[in-house]
Amino acid sequence: MRTAKRHFIKLGLATALAAAGLAGIHLPAAAQQKIDLLNVSYDPTRELYSQYNPLFAKHWKETTGGDITIRQSHGGSGKQARTVIDGVDADVVTLGLAPDVEALVTHGKLINEGWQKRLPLNSAPYTSTIVFVVKKGNPKGVKDWDDLTKTGVQVITPNPKTSAGARWNYLAAWEYGKRKFGGEAGAKDYITKVFANVPVLDSGARGSTITFSQRGVGDVLLAWENEAYLTLAEFGADKFEIVYPSLSILTEPTVAVVDKNVERKGTRAAAEAYLKFLYTEQAQELIAKNYYRPTDEKVKAKYASQFPKIELFTLDAAFGNWPNADKVHFADGGSFDQIYVKK
Amino acid sequence: MAHGSILQPQDGAGDTASVAPRRKRKRVLPGFHLTLGYSLFYLGLLVLIPLSTLFFKAAGMSWDAFVTAVSAPRVMATYRITFGASLIAALINLVFGLLVAWVLVRYKFPGKRIVDALVDLPFALPTAVAGIALTALLAGNGWVGQFLEPLGIKLAYAPAGIVVALTFIGLPFVVRTVQPVLQDVEKELEEAAASLGASRWQTFRRVLFPAIAPALLTGFAMAFARAVGEYGSVVFIAGNMPMISEITPLIILIKLEQFDYAGASAVAVVLLVVSFLMLLAINALQAWQRRLTSAPT
Repeated sequence: MRTAKRHFIKLGLATALAAAGLAGIHLPAAAQQKIDLLNVSYDPTRELYSQYNPLFAKHWKETTGGDITIRQSHGGSGKQARTVIDGVDADVVTLGLAPDVEALVTHGKLINEGWQKRLPLNSAPYTSTIVFVVKKGNPKGVKDWDDLTKTGVQVITPNPKTSAGARWNYLAAWEYGKRKFGGEAGAKDYITKVFANVPVLDSGARGSTITFSQRGVGDVLLAWENEAYLTLAEFGADKFEIVYPSLSILTEPTVAVVDKNVERKGTRAAAEAYLKFLYTEQAQELIAKNYYRPTDEKVKAKYASQFPKIELFTLDAAFGNWPNADKVHFADGGSFDQIYVKK
Repeated sequence: MAHGSILQPQDGAGDTASVAPRRKRKRVLPGFHLTLGYSLFYLGLLVLIPLSTLFFKAAGMSWDAFVTAVSAPRVMATYRITFGASLIAALINLVFGLLVAWVLVRYKFPGKRIVDALVDLPFALPTAVAGIALTALLAGNGWVGQFLEPLGIKLAYAPAGIVVALTFIGLPFVVRTVQPVLQDVEKELEEAAASLGASRWQTFRRVLFPAIAPALLTGFAMAFARAVGEYGSVVFIAGNMPMISEITPLIILIKLEQFDYAGASAVAVVLLVVSFLMLLAINALQAWQRRLTSAPT
């Protein structure tokens, strides 16, 4: 027993040393000929970036002659931001909402102030919105936000405390309640009724999609528009359909170069090119094909039929800005907590 | 070599299973000081240093902030569900784990080795995989769930699901601590008891149970402690409804998501302290139990 243990410790030490040695010798040599980028993103962009990365690598090869490999990492947006703060070597972040990128400025000092002005359109190369996914034929007759409060209608949404998508869901519903039921008090009453119909709160958007589509729980899934289309593609348009509410929120997933990391790794040029390329027509095509709303006017016009026109409001117009929306609704003791914890 | 030192070990190794009479004797293995130093260093490196960072993070906040963070109604609700569900799961494992261990030790049947290996699976499986598998099984459209839900038994997305997940991950602890001890209890002892006119129940209560009780308690304590900190298998099946089916580890994670490192550490500290106190209590109980059983009859 004892000898076996000692043997393992030796083995472990030897392996660790060998690994460290290999890494030490290997890395600088590799960095000279080949660039590695790490894109830390959130859940629903998995498919988009796995197609975008080869496209960009091809473009990079054509323009610079160099090879580039891009690795991607996905998860709940907030969690992904935290892993970068805690030391994951991300060159770029492409997260679900601006506050998650902003956290890298305030908590990690990894991104310089004013990042959102460095790229066009507030660093949001594509947008999306929140829609409803229902079972085929829409058996519960869900047409708009106020149908979510009907008795017997189960609503699936992730937890706004952990999911970027869920925050957009929540704010879209809130604004609808505010307009329809007379101001903040009406909105609060409305949102409380909606969440009384929520049987499960997953921690991320993908989790909710699975709960709804695979476990068969619930009647309406509040989802990113692109996630809704993916659900249809994955599980068949004969099982589910998308319902567009009369009003929804324009969601703006934001992207940024992680300054501190690219400076240390010497990958700034590649990282910046990687994000800029998202705004080109070629990339915008791909974005539209992955059901994100393109921002390029030409591509937007081409795919107009794919994205029905509904009234979209921006977060800034309805809630001022993110810090304000966060403080009022999602911070401890905010409106979301008040739904569950009765004073 | 270690005689006269202040650091006398209280008992030999294997204190959970020491049914043999104890007596003072010279240690067989030399180098106690060295190994003790090594043990303390190793424990410090692996357990105490990582855990102490938690306390330091939490110490960054004022006492008031600490109390507010750990006693918010939503957090209090998670303590109830976490400790409650862990307790129920550990109790279920206590009963059924003993049963499994008993069958594995006392009976021969085809495929026994496979069953024996199966017991360890919850150890090997990533708990998130277990959680997803259990959810798929017990959801309203799952293999098992479709028969249970019409009967009004809702396991997935309900507190009961948490108990199911925690029972799953805790099973090996009880089986694997009880099994070797049970193996040591000679069958002849039972036969002797029977020949002296003891009923089966009396044999179990007077002969077997005292011998395996310490191991059972250990298994129970380990299953319980494991369940308190469990996250992966639970989040998929619990439904995570605030005030109803949120577990404390999830609250800690939610606080981290909000970049509230101090708050998260504070709740984690509460979890750790309560678990540690419960483990200590169970250890004391065990010591007391051992004194009872090792007393001359």
